[in-house]
Amino acid sequence: MSGKLPFAITLDPGTSLANHTGSWRTERPIYIDRLPPCNNACPAGEDIQGWLFHAESGDYAEAWQSLVANNPLPAVMGRVCYHPCEGVCNRGHLDEAVSIHGVERFLGDYAIKNKLVPRVEAKPTGKKVLVVGAGPSGLSAAYHLTRAGHKVTIREAGPMAGGMMRFGIPKYRLPREILDAEIERILGLGVELELNTKVEDIEGAFTEEGFDAVFVAVGAHLAKRIDIPAHSAGKILDAVSVLRDMEVGGEPPQLGRRVIVYGGGNTAMDVARTAKRLGANEAMIVYRRTREQMPAHEFEAREAEEEGVLIHWLRTIKEIDETTFKVEKMTIDADGRPVPTGEFETLEADTLVLALGQDVDTGFLTKVPGVNVASDGIVEVDDQMMTGRKGLFAGGDMVPAERTVTVAIGHGKHAARNIDAFLKGERYVHPEPHELADFSKINTWYYDDAPQRVQGQLDIVRRQTSFDEVLKGFNEETALFEARRCLSCGNCFECDNCYGICPDNAVIKLGPGNRFRFNYDYCKGCGMCATECPCGAIKMVPEEV
Amino acid sequence: MTTDPAKTEPAVGAGAQQTAPQKVRFYQTGTHTVGNRLLDDAQRTVQASMDRSNAITSGHRACQGCGEALGARYALDAAMMATEGQLIAVNATGCLEVFTTPYPETSWQIPWLHSLFGNAPAVATGVAAALRVKGRDNVRVVAQGGDGGTVDIGFGCLSGMFERNDDVLYICYDNEAYMNTGVQRSSATPPAARTATTPALGDEPGNVFGTGKNLPLIAMAHNIPYVATASVADLHDLERKVTKAMGIHGARYIHIMVPCPLGWGAASNDTMKLARLAVQSGIFPLFEAEHGEVKAVQKIRRKVPVADYLKPQKRFAHLFKGEGDVARLAAIQRMADANIKRFGLLDGEDR
Repeated sequence: MSGKLPFAITLDPGTSLANHTGSWRTERPIYIDRLPPCNNACPAGEDIQGWLFHAESGDYAEAWQSLVANNPLPAVMGRVCYHPCEGVCNRGHLDEAVSIHGVERFLGDYAIKNKLVPRVEAKPTGKKVLVVGAGPSGLSAAYHLTRAGHKVTIREAGPMAGGMMRFGIPKYRLPREILDAEIERILGLGVELELNTKVEDIEGAFTEEGFDAVFVAVGAHLAKRIDIPAHSAGKILDAVSVLRDMEVGGEPPQLGRRVIVYGGGNTAMDVARTAKRLGANEAMIVYRRTREQMPAHEFEAREAEEEGVLIHWLRTIKEIDETTFKVEKMTIDADGRPVPTGEFETLEADTLVLALGQDVDTGFLTKVPGVNVASDGIVEVDDQMMTGRKGLFAGGDMVPAERTVTVAIGHGKHAARNIDAFLKGERYVHPEPHELADFSKINTWYYDDAPQRVQGQLDIVRRQTSFDEVLKGFNEETALFEARRCLSCGNCFECDNCYGICPDNAVIKLGPGNRFRFNYDYCKGCGMCATECPCGAIKMVPEEV
Repeated sequence: MTTDPAKTEPAVGAGAQQTAPQKVRFYQTGTHTVGNRLLDDAQRTVQASMDRSNAITSGHRACQGCGEALGARYALDAAMMATEGQLIAVNATGCLEVFTTPYPETSWQIPWLHSLFGNAPAVATGVAAALRVKGRDNVRVVAQGGDGGTVDIGFGCLSGMFERNDDVLYICYDNEAYMNTGVQRSSATPPAARTATTPALGDEPGNVFGTGKNLPLIAMAHNIPYVATASVADLHDLERKVTKAMGIHGARYIHIMVPCPLGWGAASNDTMKLARLAVQSGIFPLFEAEHGEVKAVQKIRRKVPVADYLKPQKRFAHLFKGEGDVARLAAIQRMADANIKRFGLLDGEDR
């Protein structure tokens, strides 16, 4: 109070600051980062919300750097990942999920086009790691280990790197120049790749070559077989070899005019679609269960059918006589299992391709002391992904898990973390996950409906006759639109809502990129900031008494 | 503001313009939120600015979640921005005056005067006259009060200020009763609301249907240059209206709905939600009028039944007891529907 002013009439501006209304509070708001459902669902452990945050502002380079902190193959992943993230996207409750894979692919292609290189900050450690197998797991592990400062050598039995990304996924879903570019970038970080080098002596790698750790990720390349009575067998091939021959053979595989693919997985779809592209008039799939039960993704079956592949549901092949296939109709029993009906049909085909799944060739591991291999070839690992042999780690399709590229890339990252800890004489402990930002945490008022942008498709004639990529990518405009559909679940995106709606001016804005701070001297704990936070990044907690 | 359509017909002119259809607004670009890191500064609200005046600063004694504290800061910060800080505010008696200036403290950081409950419009007229005499045309005057001070006690002075077209923007923060003295009914209390003087007793509990007055429509009847309604739940709209009003000379009136957690019997964190539901149900229409004609409305974005708005408030709890007071809920819904029709609040509907 100024002494010159009349008593009780004039007050100095802002003198109420002496009244600390924070003492009224029984609950206090705190800023938290909750775990977005997409990140929670990603088998590769991507911080999807995190990289979309950068993409939203049009900083695609930074978005890509954030993306490759977890996944070295975004252009591949944006094409081949079955995106479990989108299945749980909170935006799906509002209108449609964010096309995460579409933006990922855009960023991946952007990086290839602009020759972006991942940031590597670690100093060389002098440790040597051998990675066996240049599939997604091996490449991912090599990448992360290199970024941690270790010297990595990959040995690959085949003539090219990429594993199932090259030998299991057809070109029309993953163009090879994309795959090559992303592999080249990993090698460019200093990873040594030795092709046509089958590793037989794991022990020797430790003892004679001086590797400090070995990561084995050789995948599952052995096609499963089945016995079908044949009077006079026609041409029978397996899916893995057909797809492999597409890559390494000088001539594409000769499948004939009429092809039957036996199986209901994604590989079966891929082979049938490949057969169609190779000129087969009739490409048929025979599968013993129903569409609902097939392991293939619905879109794969749909795209196959669009291209003219005929799928015979509920059929098993009973007999083969040259080009005549006797198939039995099946029905589904109460337990959901296919059972024979005794009714038969015949199909005509020049070639049968078996697409019944793959096994692991782990023979070379059985010799290593301490390693346990189950009867189906699956290798046992502990929670650090380490086998019974100290320093020997395993991942990818050869350990128990879902067999997808994304899971494999995630395995590579986990293995790299575990190996990195092992090399430091530590044990990797995964940090406690943040609480989930489920849909109930979202204040939907602040988001407008904005339907998902659709990726274009190649026209049907070219899909049936060429191996050109079927699905088109987003351009910058659509990618930006999609990125901006992200709700930023659980993570502050600096919308200023808390700052603007606090009746007590108890939120301090710290400026761009620095978020906000509560002024607990004045916060009365009304909770409005938490309720009106669009994305659930504020939580009310009881005040300690 | 009561909105009983049976009592007053608005002076709705033909050929009034509709607001443009709403475009998709992401939180990042064009937003429903206060601000946004990706928005041009010009598109952000005054409240998003680190340089806002904070006309009412911290330490005031408003209840937790006070809608009026918020509404007054929103309006005056926008007015300060529009006048480049050349602003004097006159305040009627009421919550706003009491909680901001308990002796010897004040939360105001702008020139601010308080005289009596009923004379704020007259005092503001005097201040404007004094400024004119002194040749300080750049200094503008805002008068403000709660619904009691505006709709009841100061009504005569306010009507005079309007009819003389004095150069004052009068802002009413409407929380629908005399909250400061213990929640007594005002002529802005809505039907069925329980207050200390309209208890939830007898055959027709709460405030009587068919009473009260609609001050925005009365203001329009004075043919003053600008009348608008606004809500704390639509900050962009509120600031735009205040800014627009400060660009006009003569008598102007803005009526802002400000939920009162204490008087309404609502959770302190639901203030924004209730203000929003009042608008989205149609019970509190957002519109602008110039010289007695409605010129624009804010369309309802996500329509809700009035029950959604009423139910979280204890002052309406008697409507939801047992089977629920179906007849009176339907009557309130009819009021909302009549507003929607009268002002054309839904997309594709004209007034």
